Amino acid sequence: MNPVTFLGKLLKSPLVLASGILGNNAGILERVHKAGCGLVTMKSIGPAPRDGHKNPTVIDLGYGMINAVGLPTPGYGHMDVEWQVLADRTFPLNASIYGGSVKEFITVAQFVSDQGPDFIEINISCPNSDHHGMLFGVDEKAAFAVTSAVKRVISVPLIAKLTPAAPDIGKIAKACEDAGADAICAINTAGPGMVIDIEAQMPVLAFKKGGLSGPMIKPIAVRCVYDIYNAVSIPIIGLGGVTTGEDAVEMFMAGATLAGIGSAVRYRGIEVFNQVNRELNDWLTAHHTTRDAVIGAAHEARDRRHTP
Amino acid sequence: MIAEHMPLMIEVVEKTVHNSIYSTLFFDFTIDFRPGQFVMLWLPGVDEKPYSLSYHTPTRFGITIEAKGTFSRRAVDLAPGDLVGIRGPFGNGFDIIFSPRTAVVAGGCGMAPLAPLVTKLHPELCFIHGARTKEFILFPDRFDVARHIATDDGSLGHKGLVTDLLAAEIQRRMEQNQPKFDMVYACGPEIMMHAVFTLCESHLIPCQVSLERYMRCGFGVCGACVCGDRVVCKDGPVFDSEQLRNMDEFNRTALLKSGREVPLPEYVTWRCQ
Repeated sequence: MNPVTFLGKLLKSPLVLASGILGNNAGILERVHKAGCGLVTMKSIGPAPRDGHKNPTVIDLGYGMINAVGLPTPGYGHMDVEWQVLADRTFPLNASIYGGSVKEFITVAQFVSDQGPDFIEINISCPNSDHHGMLFGVDEKAAFAVTSAVKRVISVPLIAKLTPAAPDIGKIAKACEDAGADAICAINTAGPGMVIDIEAQMPVLAFKKGGLSGPMIKPIAVRCVYDIYNAVSIPIIGLGGVTTGEDAVEMFMAGATLAGIGSAVRYRGIEVFNQVNRELNDWLTAHHTTRDAVIGAAHEARDRRHTP
Repeated sequence: MIAEHMPLMIEVVEKTVHNSIYSTLFFDFTIDFRPGQFVMLWLPGVDEKPYSLSYHTPTRFGITIEAKGTFSRRAVDLAPGDLVGIRGPFGNGFDIIFSPRTAVVAGGCGMAPLAPLVTKLHPELCFIHGARTKEFILFPDRFDVARHIATDDGSLGHKGLVTDLLAAEIQRRMEQNQPKFDMVYACGPEIMMHAVFTLCESHLIPCQVSLERYMRCGFGVCGACVCGDRVVCKDGPVFDSEQLRNMDEFNRTALLKSGREVPLPEYVTWRCQ
């Protein structure tokens, strides 16, 4: 394993479970942690109970997935048992939250912060709902407003999860940093895209459009992390298509401090975390280098810096 | 073949209406399959839900549907020539023990996933099947194996529970100094499967049951169907005694579509809508 320090917390590995993947209860979060994941992220928690969309909601295209699950959530106030179980956890926890307005973000953030997660991630980047999330992630002023508002009411480090739909993701990241974000997580799903079944003559997803993830979006994710690294000094969780140790190295070279894993669970199972850790170690050992040394390595020497 | 990615659009070639609530849709299609696995059945413009295969031959498969909610009522209304989408099969399937000392315990439409298993087990299996009434005994004439029947109203066989019959059979084998069952397979209402599991545990008999939870992706990514630290669509839907012992949620809680954890009866009520 490769223990790392992130915003003052010791993580058993530099790998993060992406929000929206598996994280529906404490049991599965613990299992993912045991499988080699340094930081597990809960499925985004919203202000009120929400069922999400009808199926089909998630389709694997082989070269990545398209999904429009639609932000299902019990609502922050209906998770008492889960919070009780999570209070006794033995692993670092990232709580993802969303809201339809700054006010809703504040309400959820305040409550969730009191439950004692190690980090709070604000999802300002989900493309799969008509009224939630992404609007904040494509506008610098809105991103600043929601980040600063949440920062004021929480007592744990704040991570802003960004969308590649932003015209200039570096500027959004900078606005979040200026508003007090402690780290950036990029990217949420790309697109949205659409797949049409030509026999059924209609979009496969019930919501018609959906976010793209997995190997097909990795070049977009790497470019976003590269741009963000040039724009901010706070650490970056790089994710989007990371499936192998070499993919993680690429994210680190683009400027990520940690690498997130999501869709790769489809292709390699929950064991993907241990596998990527092993592959990462093998690569670093074979190249006589360390993760610290490769972070930002793809940037011009004068731009390189690293804030763990 | 396996339809891992986009739904495979295939035509209903035949429909058998078994009774007022059960119908089987047949498809002439070659699909790689182990008993206990399931497919995601897509009715374009309606919804997509998991169904186990109830028939499987090298060139044909069938899905048996209980009309109880909006989706399933639409599904049983399909006719030959209609197109549906199929993704899968997904899940692990039953671990088949070929021994003369196996038992199959089916409750209600839990017969459907067990049917392709029955045909692969040793013909001397003990086959127990329960339903509300005689009319709801699914596939009454399909198998050569004799069936011990239990109905809630006593309209056929024993008036009472399938576990009464299983307990009696376990007892009989003990009294006659016959070896115990090597494996008990069960599918039906979760409260029934839990009773079978508890009975088997008390006699140190291994069992396998097939769980049902609300599903989305079908391949172990979205987390909608988590049950404790198990992902029902990927790690299951079939779980053995050892896994069930460590699953506090078994017969206790399940997640609604929102992800909210509720007591199982509340989940069952919601699923029947």
